[in-house]
Amino acid sequence: MRAESYGARLLTAADRLLYSAVRHGEAQLSRPPSRGVRGFGVPCERARKAIGSEMALYWQVALRGFRRYATYRAATFAGVFTNTIFGFLRAYVMIALYAGRGSIGGFDLRDTLTYTFVTQGMLMVVYIWNWWEIALTIRSGDIVTDFARPLNYQLYWLAQDVGRATYHAIFRGIPPFVIGAVVFSLRLPAHPWTWLFFLLSMYLAVAVSFAFRFMLNLSAFWLFDYRGIGSIAAAVWTFLSGFAVPIALFPGTLQTVARALPFAAFVNTPVEIFLEKQQGWALLGALAYQLGWALALLAAGRLALSAAERKVVVQGG
Amino acid sequence: MAIVEVEDLRKTFSVTRPRTGARGPLALLLRERREVRAVDGVSFRIEPGEMVGYIGPNGAGKSTTIKMLTGILVPSGGLVRVAGLEPSRRRVELARRIGIVFGQRTQLWWDLPLCDSFDLLRYIYKVPAERFRANLAAYVELLELGPLLDTPVRQLSLGQRMRGDLTAALLHDPEVLYLDEPTIGLDVVVKERIRSFLAQLNRERGVTVLLTTHDMDDIERLCSRMIVIDHGRLIYDGSLEAMKDRFGGERVLVIDLEEAAPPVEVPGTRVVKVDGPRQWLRFRRADTTAAEVVAAVAARARLRDLTIEEPEIEDIVRRIYSGAAAPIDTH
Repeated sequence: MRAESYGARLLTAADRLLYSAVRHGEAQLSRPPSRGVRGFGVPCERARKAIGSEMALYWQVALRGFRRYATYRAATFAGVFTNTIFGFLRAYVMIALYAGRGSIGGFDLRDTLTYTFVTQGMLMVVYIWNWWEIALTIRSGDIVTDFARPLNYQLYWLAQDVGRATYHAIFRGIPPFVIGAVVFSLRLPAHPWTWLFFLLSMYLAVAVSFAFRFMLNLSAFWLFDYRGIGSIAAAVWTFLSGFAVPIALFPGTLQTVARALPFAAFVNTPVEIFLEKQQGWALLGALAYQLGWALALLAAGRLALSAAERKVVVQGG
Repeated sequence: MAIVEVEDLRKTFSVTRPRTGARGPLALLLRERREVRAVDGVSFRIEPGEMVGYIGPNGAGKSTTIKMLTGILVPSGGLVRVAGLEPSRRRVELARRIGIVFGQRTQLWWDLPLCDSFDLLRYIYKVPAERFRANLAAYVELLELGPLLDTPVRQLSLGQRMRGDLTAALLHDPEVLYLDEPTIGLDVVVKERIRSFLAQLNRERGVTVLLTTHDMDDIERLCSRMIVIDHGRLIYDGSLEAMKDRFGGERVLVIDLEEAAPPVEVPGTRVVKVDGPRQWLRFRRADTTAAEVVAAVAARARLRDLTIEEPEIEDIVRRIYSGAAAPIDTH
C-alpha cells in the first residue's frame, strides 16, 4: 500500500494528469508519424533545443538517482546510526590525542572535532568505499541494456551519482553532523558565503570521486576479480583523502604530495573550506584544484569507456 | 529495401585459460589464448514488416548476433546494416530507431515505480509529448499495466516485469524490435498474452521483429520465417512449412484395429511400431496423402480408431541441432 502511493506522490502534477489520461485512454496502435519531417527551424535554434533536452534528460536521471536511495529508509536510518557512533569514536580518540596540546598543524581541538564530523557526514556523499553498481552490471551482463540506449553512458551515471550524493548529503550527512555539533559544540562557518563555497566544493568532490569510482568499476571489463584493486583503492583513499587524519596534520613532504594528488579533493578540500582554512585566492585555488582533477579524471574515464566498448565481452548470454 | 542486412558476419572472441597440463604456482602465468568463433559467416536479409524467428541451441551465437545488430558488439568481420546504418559506428543514432527486450535482463529501474522508468524514456528518446502519451495509453491498455504503474519494479512478478519491459522498448516507435527470449520463464497464460500482443503489434504497426527463443510455440504462433544457427553458422533460413517438409516431412498415422494383427502393408508407408491392436505407420508428405493411407488401411484391416501425428517442430529442431536431420532425399 505504501509502495503504491509512493510513486504517485513523487509524480509532478503534470505527470499525474498524463497518467490519468493514460488510464482512461483507448488502446489503439496508430502508426508512428513518418520519419524525416523533423528538423525544421534555424540550426542555432535547433542546437539550443537539443542542449535543453539533453539537460532535461540528465536532470531527470539525477532525480531518479535521488529517489532510488530515498526508497530505502531503514538503510538510511541504520547508516546514520553507524556514522554517528563512529564519529563519537573518532572524536574521543582525537580528544585523547589533544590532551595538553593547543594546536597541531594549525588545527585546534575544536577544528579537529569539526573535521571529524564533517568527514563522517561526507563519507557517503563521496561514497568512499565499495560502490560497485556499474561493475555489477558488467558482471551480470545487464550493462547491455544501458549500452543499447541513445545516451552518454558516463554522463548518465554521473547524473545519477549527483542525485544519489544529494540524497546522502541531506539524509546521511546532516544528521551525524547535527548530533556531533550538539554534543561537542563544533565550529560553524563564520561567513555565510562559506556555506555556498562548501556546497560547491562538495559537488566537485562528488565529481572527482565519481570519476575514480567510474574507472574502478570499468575495470570489471578486464578483471574478473575487480574487488582486489577496489580494496587497495579504499585503503589509499581512506588515508590520502584526509578521511582518517586531516592532511594538515601530515608531516612536510607527505603533506605536499597529498595536496597535489587528486585524493585530497574527495574529503580534505571541502572540509578545509568548511573550516575556513582556505580564504581568498587560496580558496579559489582549492576549487580550481578540484575542478581540474574532476575534468582530467572524467576525460580519463571516457577513454577507459571507449576502450571497454571496443573490447567488450559481455558476460553471459 | 531490406531493413536488416547481414552479410558474412563474424565474431571471434579470444579466451585465455590456463595452458593444458600447466600445474603449480606458475600455472597462472602460463595461459594460452584460444579463439572462439561465436558467429562464423552468417548472412541474411530481413524486409520491413517481417517477423523472423532466430533460433539455435544455447551458445549458438544468437545473442552475439543481436548485440552486433544493435552496435553493442563490433563485428570481427562481415557487414551489418540496420535501417541503413552501420550499428557499431552509429550506435546512438541507431538506438533511437530500434527497441530491444532481453528476456533475462530488465531495462527498468529496479527500485522505482514502473511509471518512473517509462517517463524517463520520454527524455532519453526525446519522444514528443503527444506521441508518448498515445503510445503509453495504448501499451498500458493492451498489456494491462494500468494497476501496476505505481508499483516498484522489484515488486513485479516476472510476467508483469516482462510486459513492462516490452512497453519500455516500444514507447519511442522503433522500426525494428529485437526480442531475446521474451517468453523465458513465463507461464502459459502470460506467454499467450505476449504472443498475441506481438502479433497485433506486427500487424497493425508494421514493426519488424527479430525474435530469439527456445520456445517453439513462439515461432509457430508468430513467425512465418525462421533462421536457424548452430556453432555460429547458418543452417536453415526459410518458412516453417518448408522446414517441416525438408527436415521433418514424415507424419505418423496411429491406427487402432479391432484386434491384434501383423503389420499392415500399405505402399509408401512403413510400420515403425506395433503394440497389440495399435500400429504406427510412418509416411512422407511427398509420397502419399493421409487420405490415401487411411483408405488403404481400411481396405486391408478393420479399423476402430485413428490419429495423425504431425512432426513436432521441437523434434525437427532437435534433430537439426544434433546433426541427425538429413534432408529427406537421403533417407
